[in-house]
Order: sequence, then structure tokens, then C-alpha cells
Amino acid sequence: MTKKLILLLSAALLASPLAAQDLGAPIGTDQPVEKTQVEGADDDDGPLRGTVTDESAWSDIGIAIPAFATDANKPTPANEAGTAALGREISRVITANLRNNGLFKPVGPDSLPQPGFPQITAPAYDTWSGRGAEMLVQGYVRARDDGRLVVGCYLYDVALKNQLVREGWVVAPGDWRRAAHKCSDLIFSRLTGESPFFDSRIAYIAETGPKDRRVKRLAVMDSDGANHRFLTLGSATALTPRYSPDYSKILYLSYVDGNPRIYVYDIGSGKQTLVTENRNPTIAPRWSPDGRSILFSMAVGGNTDIYRIAATGGTAVKLTDSPGIDVGGSYSPDGTKIVFESDRSGTQQCYIMDADGRNQKRISFFGGRCATPEWSPRGDQIAFTRIAGDFNVAVMNTSGGGMRALTNGWQDEAPTWAPNGRIIQFFRTEKNSGRSGIWQVDLTGQNERRLPTPVDASDPAWGPIRP
Amino acid sequence: MNRKIATILLLASATGLAACSKKAPETLPPVAGPTSSPTTPTTPTTPSGPSVGTQAHFEQAVGSSTTIYFDTDRYNVDSQDAAALQAQAQYFARFPQLTFTIEGHADERGTREYNIALGEKRANSAKAYLVSLGVDGNRIAVVSYGKERPVALGSDEGSWAQNRRAASVLIN
Repeated sequence: MTKKLILLLSAALLASPLAAQDLGAPIGTDQPVEKTQVEGADDDDGPLRGTVTDESAWSDIGIAIPAFATDANKPTPANEAGTAALGREISRVITANLRNNGLFKPVGPDSLPQPGFPQITAPAYDTWSGRGAEMLVQGYVRARDDGRLVVGCYLYDVALKNQLVREGWVVAPGDWRRAAHKCSDLIFSRLTGESPFFDSRIAYIAETGPKDRRVKRLAVMDSDGANHRFLTLGSATALTPRYSPDYSKILYLSYVDGNPRIYVYDIGSGKQTLVTENRNPTIAPRWSPDGRSILFSMAVGGNTDIYRIAATGGTAVKLTDSPGIDVGGSYSPDGTKIVFESDRSGTQQCYIMDADGRNQKRISFFGGRCATPEWSPRGDQIAFTRIAGDFNVAVMNTSGGGMRALTNGWQDEAPTWAPNGRIIQFFRTEKNSGRSGIWQVDLTGQNERRLPTPVDASDPAWGPIRP
Repeated sequence: MNRKIATILLLASATGLAACSKKAPETLPPVAGPTSSPTTPTTPTTPSGPSVGTQAHFEQAVGSSTTIYFDTDRYNVDSQDAAALQAQAQYFARFPQLTFTIEGHADERGTREYNIALGEKRANSAKAYLVSLGVDGNRIAVVSYGKERPVALGSDEGSWAQNRRAASVLIN
């Protein structure tokens, strides 16, 4: 009896250090989406003509995106209603994507006639031009015998009556939204000449609770807010996540052992390790563009400097050595330079150095402060938090010139670039209540909107285009 | 076999207890809160006032001097802070068995990562001052919460001034 009790007590004591973790169930890694050939009007089959089935009214602007058709309506593991209903959902996702980035005024499937399967490769151009559509996006969903889905995506110029581009993808049924994002990317790229960005994910911090007892959990979602998942449970404060370039890992800060420390969270296994075995606090993690190195900041005796360590571990290399706070750091896309912030001049300002720490040079001289700089994936711009009274998201070129504020909230903070360098996400905190949300704005500063998240949200980190 | 495991576990737990007992030595009367050893019966013997080793006792002894405050973006110990830290140093000299954490904080009007670094700097400057007054640095842990744990909830100068702080909290 006593022995049993002792055993239990001992076990409880031993278990307590292990109990100090805050991780939820792993969510699994990304499956690559496979491209496939899809049939087109230039194939030998010859165009098929037919009439559209629904004559409901719609406004005569821009891009028409009717419901994707299906060759035969079959239920899928993604939805019981079958491939026909899924086709309509895919069109809705594409419509929302193109509308939300502000460049287009698409009309979606709910106010358009629905083309049949034969018309996907042979559009009824006269019908669409009669309705004022300049561009037409059509597509189909086909359930394959192996349980996967083929999604075809076609963009037509209605006035010229020709096909501009087409592509197809094979996806697992649960990944049907990715096909919609791939199709959105195809259309966006063909019409703007820009690189794609819709098929990407965002890591961020989900916030709940009152201002003085905020619960902060690591969370991830698709670029449009869908497929939302919590990765930590909320017993320890989680902050500042960053997706690895291959989406296999997330760097983030956790107070799980009572101190602020950077962990490398492995998405596949759901396990995490310290970025460096060390008793000092570590903050502000960033990946190198090739994913091989990690930048972080570490405070030793109160003084914070920037360090680099191999993603596989090893010895950290100190890159800055000023008595002030050197923090953050973001690689240029070619990995040769790093932009970071430092208060060595008295206030937070932005600096550039070589990747090995040499040639540190201040670049921000426009009045106010420069914080949380992040280098654009295109290489030509740096986004940052400009503190001049209020906090706003701004951009400048890599010499610190051409500064432009893009937002005008009370506290807009921590910009992160879309994979194509056209759009910036950030988080906005409300005065007094402390409530936060993720917003995005394009480089014109004109198209600003809030992202839908299930709870309050901060610290967004936009990952690259998915594999 | 079973006994062997039990012995190993006992040894391990004894090490654990020893580590805990450093924070609550036998010379002290039993504390009112949760004790480090589940086998020790908790019989409160001193009903008058908080006991040594509790935050309440520390607060009763030094008053508002448990916490020092900073100007915007500053981390230096000014004369008011110095007086508070002297009161703390006297208290910790009287109770050399006590260990404590200095929690550094910043107001919400700063970026998140910078604020953690700033809170760290503030806590360390409070620690350095206490060490200069003779408090053993090994007794002082430091942690920064940046802007994550405000005490005043408004978005105004008065609230921010209360949140730019370094608070000493007993470890027990």
C-alpha cells in the first residue's frame, strides 16, 4: 500500500516536467497537387454547341465564373451532394478569391446560368457576350475511379472568342479547395502577368479572452481563411509563427517552459524542439529563403542580438554586436542580405547587413521609427511597421527610399508578404479593447480588407506557394 | 525488480524534493499555499499576517516597492526606482533563503518582438541594480512578457505608464 503510494507520488513528480507542453494533435503535411492534361476546344473532338440552362439576371461586368460542370454527378468523400455541387463550390471559391484581391469584379455561379459539361470546352460565346462578360472562367469536376478528383480550369476571352489558358489538377477529395486556388492563380497570373499567390497558407496566432489574460494559440489556415486549424491548446502563450519554405515546419515562440523561447514545430509529427539548447530567451524567428538557416534573436544579460543557426541545429553564429536591441531580421530572396531593426541610434530603425553580419548600415531616415521589416519575395521592396504617432504598415525600397504608408489604423503591425509580393497582411489592434484581427492590403493601399478568422487574430506569417 | 524500480523512482523523487526544498527550507514555518511535499501535513500555525516566503509577505514589507516603472522605451533605473530597489534589497537581505523572479514588461505601444527584448532589458537592469546592492544574482530569475501581460487595460498614457514595469515576484 505504502509502496504503491510512493510509486504513484514518484510517478507524479517525474511526470510533471513532461506535462509542460501545449501541443494539439498533428495535422499532417501537405500532399503535392498533381498537374494533368485537360481536353480543350483545340483537340480533335470538335466544338459542341448547346444552350445555357438558367436565365436569371446578373450585372454585366468583368469576369463570369459559372458553376463548374461535371461529366457525371457522383458523391465524393469531400461532399455527399456530389461532383455537381462541388463544381458550384469551386466556382464560389474562385469568385471570392478574385473579388477579394480587389483587381477584378467577378460574377459568381449564384447569379449565372450553368453551362453543361460539353460547353466547358466549347463556350456559348454569344450568350456570354450578350451578357457583357469580357472574360469567362469555366471548368469541370470529374470523380476518378481511384477516388481522386480531376478539376479542369479554362479561361476564355469572350470578345475574341478564344481560349487564353487551361490547366487541370488531380487532387484528393479533401483538397478540392486547392484546385480552386490553383485555378484562381492560373487566371490571376494570365490576366495580370503577376506570380500566383492564392494556393498558399498562413500561420498566425488565434487570440481569445480579456486583455490582461489573453489566450494565444498557434493556428494555421489557407490564404482565404478556410481549413482553419489550431496547433496548440492555449495553456502557454504562443507568438510570432513562421512557416518553413516547404511547409514542413513552423518556427514560433512559446512560453511553455515559462520563458520566451523559439521552438521548431514539425507539422508532420506534431513534435517540437528548441531552436537552440540554451537558457537564454530567444525571440523573433525567421527562415532563410532556402530553409537551411534560421535567424533568431537572443538576449544575453538583457542585451538582444541576432544569431543564425543551421535548421538542423549546431552552433549559433552571432551576427550583430551592438549594446542596443537588435531584433527581427528578414533575408533578401537571394539570401545574401538581411534587413533587421535596431535601436542602437536611440530609437527603432531599419538596417541592412550582409548575410554574415558584415556591412551593417541604417536605411530608414524618413522620420518616425522603423520596425519589423520584411523583405519582399520579389526583392525590390521592404515592408515594415512605421511608428509615427500611430502604427502603420509601410513599404520602402531596399535603400530606404520611396517610403509609402499603406494603412492608417491606430495600431497596424508586423507586415508579411504574399508569395507574389503584391499583397501584404498585417494585424490591427483596436484601441482600449485590445482586440486584434488580420488584415490585408495591396501595394496601392487601395484594397484593404479583414480576413475572416474564427476568433481574434494576430502575427500573420504568409507562406510560399504550396508544393 | 519492482523494488528496484521503486528505489530508482524514490531516488528521483527525492532529488526532485531536494530541488524544491531549496525554495522552501525547513527553517521556515509551513506556508499557507500549496506545499512542495505532498506528505507534509498543512497545519497553519501563524494566523496573524502572511508568512515569509509568500508574495503577500513581501508586499506587506516593501509596499508598492515590489514594482518599478520606466519611461517610454527606457530601461534605466531612476532615483524613484533606486529607492524601491533599495527597499527590496533590504528585504532580501533579511530573508536570504528567498529566491525571486523579476518580470519585465512593456506597454502596448510597441511592436511585439521589440517589446519582449525591451522587457528583458528592463528586468535585467533591475536585477543589476539589486546585485550592486549585494543581492546574490543566483537568487534572481528574469523573464520578459513584453506587452503580453498588461495590468492597466486602457489605451492612454496613464495605463501605459503602469504597464512599463519590472515586478519582483517570489518563487515558491
